[in-house]
Order: sequence, then structure tokens, then C-alpha cells
Amino acid sequence: MLCLGIEGTAHTFGVGIVDSRGKVLANALKTYVPAKGGIHPREAAQFHAANARVVLDEALKVASVSIEDIDFLAFSAGPGLGPCLRTAATAARALASWLDVPIISVNHCIAHVEIGRLTERAKDPVTLYVSGGNTQVIAFDAGRYRVFGETLDIPVGNCLDVFGREVGLPYPGGPTVERLAREGKRYIPLPYVVKGMDLSFSGLMTDAVRKHRAGADLHDLCYSLQETAFAALVEVTERAVAHTEKKEVMLTGGVAANQRLREMLKLMANEHKAKFFVPPREYCQDCGAMIAWTGILAYKHGVGQKLRETGVKQRWRTDQVDIPWRTG
Amino acid sequence: MLMKKGAEANLYLEPFARVLHRAGEGKVVVKHRIAKRYRILEIDKQLRESRTTLESKLFADAKRAGVPTPLVYEVDRAGMRIVMEFIDGRQVKLVLDKLRPKARRKLCELIGRQVARLHRAGIVHGDLTTSNMILTREGKVYFVDFGLGEYNPSLEARGVDLHLLRRALQSIHFRVTDEAYRAILSGYKREFGGGANEVIERVEEIERRGRYVPKEERTWR
Ligand SMILES: Nc1ncnc2c1ncn2[C@@H]1O[C@H](COP(=O)(O)OP(=O)(O)OP(=O)(O)O)[C@@H](O)[C@H]1O
Ligand SMILES: [Mg+2]
Repeated sequence: MLCLGIEGTAHTFGVGIVDSRGKVLANALKTYVPAKGGIHPREAAQFHAANARVVLDEALKVASVSIEDIDFLAFSAGPGLGPCLRTAATAARALASWLDVPIISVNHCIAHVEIGRLTERAKDPVTLYVSGGNTQVIAFDAGRYRVFGETLDIPVGNCLDVFGREVGLPYPGGPTVERLAREGKRYIPLPYVVKGMDLSFSGLMTDAVRKHRAGADLHDLCYSLQETAFAALVEVTERAVAHTEKKEVMLTGGVAANQRLREMLKLMANEHKAKFFVPPREYCQDCGAMIAWTGILAYKHGVGQKLRETGVKQRWRTDQVDIPWRTG
Repeated sequence: MLMKKGAEANLYLEPFARVLHRAGEGKVVVKHRIAKRYRILEIDKQLRESRTTLESKLFADAKRAGVPTPLVYEVDRAGMRIVMEFIDGRQVKLVLDKLRPKARRKLCELIGRQVARLHRAGIVHGDLTTSNMILTREGKVYFVDFGLGEYNPSLEARGVDLHLLRRALQSIHFRVTDEAYRAILSGYKREFGGGANEVIERVEEIERRGRYVPKEERTWR
């Protein structure tokens, strides 16, 4: 049984092909890079539309299957940027009706967790999912993925990217901030905001930008920005670990590429005698394979939609989705 | 004796006389904020010190505002320790789901009233979860763990505080979230008086943020 998954919630348009045993046959993608400034939702959507065919063909070629071999379709129905979501959904619906196969709406955040559980053989992790569009601490409990912490304003990846843009670093800012931070020595105090289980990064971002304008050393600032933001992320994840008493911690999303964040989370996990996982980079970022695999899990458990029920949900929450494929 | 390993502190239950070196009955709780190896020393020290000091102040001011909190006997800023009264009771977290609906409603209304008292006194708790509330045999609800609290009378801070409580209900008490939250709000409104609706509306607004908010809706842009 083969599922073709389409991802298109933000920058990335991806097509993945996965079989029912979790073998990834293809994971093709293209990523929109804004010419200037942040992501423009409509431009990104046009990018997706223009590249859909190329990415689809590449996935089929890599998997060495023909489109008729596909048993059903899955697509990222949310959360995400409206125009991007609608483009991916249109592609998925058109394919499904043309092939006359079932179609399944997949929650993007849950797909990140599920592909990580697959590649890392993690059973029941507390997941820190950090990207340009999302910041969540997720753990499974009583039939759903519960959100044990999230940002109250901007996602942490966005905080790093916007800081980078404001101080003149190339896009995306995250990797450059990480590189510069390695040469930072002096800690410059920045606002550390943890509110209960939740986080806030917009005050941190504006203060770091302000300090740069006031002449603070950029290396020191990058170092301080990372240390502050990541300490807050790890603290909130630690609370979830302490509360749920789970013995696995997983890091995923685009920001998972950051070595310092990995190191910090690993230290925390060790202190709680928990295993620590980071999926390979290609599965941390947005991709079609994660959508396809989550589609398989759902399909095996009788989840499926009629074509007319495949509307997009820009604000689809992680904890709104029933997870029949897990128990407990 | 180690009583609890919290996420940020170890709590010890000790005889009064042994810890405070003066005559006294019963037990005390020693809350010791422990160092975290994952964060740099500067952040670690700053957080632990400021939270220790702030927490002891907030305990006292909350009590003054009419919210039961443990009596603070001693603050050791350098050692990052607070010595406080032991509250004999059960965590609300462990009882809330098991109560009969009517008892649950009454408890939640009381919690809502106490949150309103804090807010009216210019305090936000900062970590309103049911594990930070202790229900005693006499039916009093003690609030503990003010380490993330602050003196902040703004609408936003109050909204976030209530939002956190609702989020705690959603992640821990998902079977009774709605009825519990409704009862909390009803207690909150009654005690807070005028302006309570503004706070409640702010909670709704906060909940609309934080997702993948389309760029045109973002305030910093
Ligand atoms: N004075 C007290 N008397 C009795 N029990 C207490 C007292 N103070 C705290 N506790 C209990 O110990 C638990 C942990 O304490 P506290 O919340 O202050 O520590 P913490 O490290 O911040 O914990 P966490 O991070 O898990 O919230 C509380 O949830 C409460 O149940
Ligand atoms: Mg606590």
C-alpha cells in the first residue's frame, strides 16, 4: 500500500511516497526563498503552484513508481498560511479525484512528531517542535497529542530570522546566528520570558535588535540571544518531562539543526534519565514524507475524508485531532 | 527528607527546630532551586536568585490580598532556599477530576475568586496550574510556586495568567476543562468586579495568537 503525501503549509512544497510499513520511497521538495524580507504568503503559494509538477515527477521517479500505483493521498491541511494551504490542498484534491483514490487531511504538527517516531523508533516522546512557524512542546495523553507549552507570540525560528534580517544577516538568519554565536564570549542580559508552560520571544527579539543598534558586539549578541531563547525552550520542555514522567525527549522542526539547542536538550534529558532523539535533518524540516506516513497511520485506522470535507484549517490545533493509532 | 522533585526545585520536608534552630512545633518545607547544567552560569544564577527573592515577596503580598499561601520563615538568597510552612493537604491536580460536579464547581469558583484577588492586588501568579494549588481538609486552597509570578497590573498579564490556567486544564484535566473553566470565570467575575470581562476577552485574543498567525495580523511587522 502506497501513500503519496503533499506538504505545503509555508515555505516548502514537498511530495513524499511512503509504504504501509514505513519505508520512505521518495521525499522530494522545493523551498521558496523570499527575495527580500520575510515570507510573502501569496508569493510562496505561487511558488508552490509553479513547482508542484516538477516535485511530483521527481518523487515518482525517485520512488520508481507510476502515479497509478498510488493507493491514496494525504495532504497538509493546516496549520499554516492560507494561500499556501489552499494551493497544496488543490493539488491533492485534483490528484485524488483524477486517480479516484481516498484523500486524508493531515495535521502538520502531528506529522512532525509521527515521522520522528518512525525514523527514531521513539515510542512516546515529549517533543519540542521548533521552526519558523511553530513552537510547541507536545506529548501524547489520552487519545490526543496535548500541547504542554507553546509560544504566546512569535515562533523561536522567526525570532532568530527576524533578528538576523534586522541586523543585516543573510536569509535565513538562524544558521548565521548559530555560527556567530560560537565566537560570542560575553553574555549580554536579554529578557527571558517563561509564563507557566508558555513562552514569549517578541520582547527578546526587539531587545536584541535594540542592543545591536546601541553598538553591542554582534557575536556576543547572537550568543546571548541563543542562550536566552534556548534556555527558555528547555525549561518548558523540562516541565513537560517532569509532569508527564515520560522517558523520551525528541527535538524536531527546522531549528533542530542548531547544535547548541541539541546539546542543551540532551543535558536536560540525561538528568531525567530520558532518551534523546533528533530525526535526520531531511525529516526535521517540512517534507512530504511526514504527511504521507501520518496519512498511512490514519488510513489504517479508518480515518478518511470525502473530497468535500478536505477544507484547509489555518489554525488547526495539535490537540484538536483524535489519534486512533495510539493507545493510552 | 526529599518530599518532591519539581521541575526547577527540590522540596524537603524537615522538622521545624532542625532547620530554623529555634523552638517550634511541626514541619517546614525547604524549597531549594537547583542549578541546571543546560544553561550558562549567568542565566542560571540570575534566574534562581531572582525567583527565590520574588517568590518569597509574592507569598507575603498574596496572603495580604486574601489568598492563602504558606508562611515564609526564612529566605536564603545566596543558597537559593526558601523555608516555609508545610501545608497539609492534597494537590488540586489529584482531586479535581474525581470530585462530584457540584463540589468541582464550588472549588473552581473559589480558585477563580482567589485569582481575581491576586490580580486586583496587582499580582499575577505566572504558573497557574492545579499542581500549584493545595486543597486542605478545611476546604482552603493554598497557592504555591510563585517563582514565575510578577507585580504586573496590565490587562495582558492578567489575560495570560488566566489563559495559562485554561491551558493547564486542557492538558491535564481535559475531561472537565470546559465546566471547570466556566466556574473559574464565574468566581473571577464576581470577585474582580468591573473590568473582568475585559480580562476574559483578552484571554480569547491571546488564544488567537501564537499559532501560525498570518503575517498581516502580526503586530511587530
Ligand atoms: N509549603 C508547601 N506545603 C506543602 N506542599 C507544598 C508546599 N510547597 C510546595 N508544595 C508541593 O510541592 C510541589 C512542588 O513545589 P513547587 O511548585 O513550589 O516547586 P517547583 O520546582 O516549582 O515545581 P514544578 O516546577 O513542578 O511546578 C507543589 O506542586 C506542591 O504540591
Ligand atoms: Mg509547581
